[in-house]
Amino acid sequence: MSTLTTLPTAQPGTDRVLKRRRIRQTWGRPWLYLPLAGALLLMIAPFLWMLSGSFKPEADIRSVPPVLLPTAPTTANYGELFSTLDFTSMFANSVIVALAVTAGNLIFCSMLGYALAKLEFRGQRAVFLLVMGTLMIPGLVTFVPLYVLVSNMQLTGSMLGLILPFLAGPFGVFLMRQFISTLPDELIDAARVDGCRELVIFAKIILPLTKPALATLGIITFLGSWNNFLWPLVVAQNESQYTLPVGLALASSGQSFTRFGILLAGAVVVLLPVMIVFLLFQRQFIAGIATTGLK
Amino acid sequence: MTSMSTNTLPGRGDTGKQHTGGPERTADRRRLTFRSPARGRQARAAWLLAGPFLALFAAFMLLPVVWSLLMSLTDTQSADLRTPLNVSFVGFDNYVRLFQDDQFFTALRNTAVFVLVALPLTLAAGLAAAVALDRGIRRFRAVFRVGFYLPVITSIVAVAVVWKTLLEPRAGLVNLVLGWFGIDGPAWLADTRFALPVMILMAVWRNLGTVMIIMLAGLQSVPQSLMEAAELDGAGPWQRFWRVTFPLLRPALLLTAVTTGIGYLQFFDEPFVMTDGGPLDSTLSATLYAYKQFGNGNYEMASAASYVIFVLIVALTVLQFRVLRDKD
Repeated sequence: MSTLTTLPTAQPGTDRVLKRRRIRQTWGRPWLYLPLAGALLLMIAPFLWMLSGSFKPEADIRSVPPVLLPTAPTTANYGELFSTLDFTSMFANSVIVALAVTAGNLIFCSMLGYALAKLEFRGQRAVFLLVMGTLMIPGLVTFVPLYVLVSNMQLTGSMLGLILPFLAGPFGVFLMRQFISTLPDELIDAARVDGCRELVIFAKIILPLTKPALATLGIITFLGSWNNFLWPLVVAQNESQYTLPVGLALASSGQSFTRFGILLAGAVVVLLPVMIVFLLFQRQFIAGIATTGLK
Repeated sequence: MTSMSTNTLPGRGDTGKQHTGGPERTADRRRLTFRSPARGRQARAAWLLAGPFLALFAAFMLLPVVWSLLMSLTDTQSADLRTPLNVSFVGFDNYVRLFQDDQFFTALRNTAVFVLVALPLTLAAGLAAAVALDRGIRRFRAVFRVGFYLPVITSIVAVAVVWKTLLEPRAGLVNLVLGWFGIDGPAWLADTRFALPVMILMAVWRNLGTVMIIMLAGLQSVPQSLMEAAELDGAGPWQRFWRVTFPLLRPALLLTAVTTGIGYLQFFDEPFVMTDGGPLDSTLSATLYAYKQFGNGNYEMASAASYVIFVLIVALTVLQFRVLRDKD
């Protein structure tokens, strides 16, 4: 280092270069922060507006021009939400449906994913193409017959009708198969040589190694089910089966502007759990999304 | 069973016998018989593992898909639906009726505009955000990443409620901010000229995070040595991006383009919650049209419209594979 700086011609220049390099190593490109922060503000402005609006008293909500922050913050909107709209049971329904759907997908998709990735069987390719092919089919194609099917099974108006059609989805198979095929074959062969039965290999060796993918699939499925709207809207027959999005949508449709405070509070209640789940697991989640994209 | 297959049908077991001529065949066959117990066990295990999924899949996916196709070819009235066999086939009559309906064309046109504008915008915005975060940002990267991704995980219903209040002509935030710059904002969702563009922007806002996350992972897997080599060869930043980085991102771009495209062609939630297709059908999408037919009890028209959307999805996907797949 000292020998470098003693070079007379290099000194002033290298100083500046070194300084610039140090800035770049800690910050990247400083001038980019401002436009990106602006873009970030645009991205999260609706959430800030929602949060602020949910605490606004009636007068603030009616105010023209609008006020950004509530003048006298109140929790009345939340209170009314739970007293008039029965948000407690809707919340419970959403949790039950989302947990059941998630459990089903984790179990069934990892089983098929393993079979497709590591086992050899006749018809393997056909099964894979069939399942993947349905990824392209729009939801509304299956919607009408599914509705008839579920109502023929006398399941409209029961939680089972909300859960059953979503227990096993093609996306989960894709994700699990992609992940499991990256695990080394030698592991499975060694277990076979040791006389391990195939199903035991799956349960004792593959499943524990598949945790990152299971976490990703779990979060994606939970979020998808939590946000699912159209199916519960059509299948749920009375308020006791409504999930949160259904309750919120029905409360918002045809209502006048005066109820916006309650609706925004409702939106906060719908979004808060998924945001917490996401913020807690964002590292695994993002890593999982990224791996699906790259392979 | 076995005797029947050997006598009458060229069953699986016979194929070896019929071609005993070449030495390769016999070797092949010996290897197969040697490993077959293990294979059989594996296959049994595989079907055991696949069984539960396939049962659910057959009942709640394959059966409805086929049923829906049959429905689109019949004269089903909603009353007959519970006995699906008691219907009369009418060939492609429902599809003909569909294409004679001006409202369906409006819905198709809106969907086309939505996809053709929103898809490239989403991909470009997501890619730009990923490049900016990858190259320019060292501090607070997680904050930016989470912030950009947040809309992706949100419930569309909740988001639609929030946007409805944001776009409220007099009491909404959007027109307040425009007012600061002396712009008299329009009525947005109540204006036929602005309702669809607003939903395009909402879609970009909601989905660019997915593209960004996948591209970011792609960018981080570009080897640093490759970039340095290109720099030494005198490639500028622009050239480095298009000649080195972009080709490596192509698989990721293809995946996001295909999945986002499939989602966008089924454009439904926003108009359903925010405008019900209005004003004057300006936000009526093909899927919303199908849903409305379903709501009116025209199940066969709903199925036919869904199959038209399905065909469009396949066409778009094939096109994207043609355009974006690696040429080498």
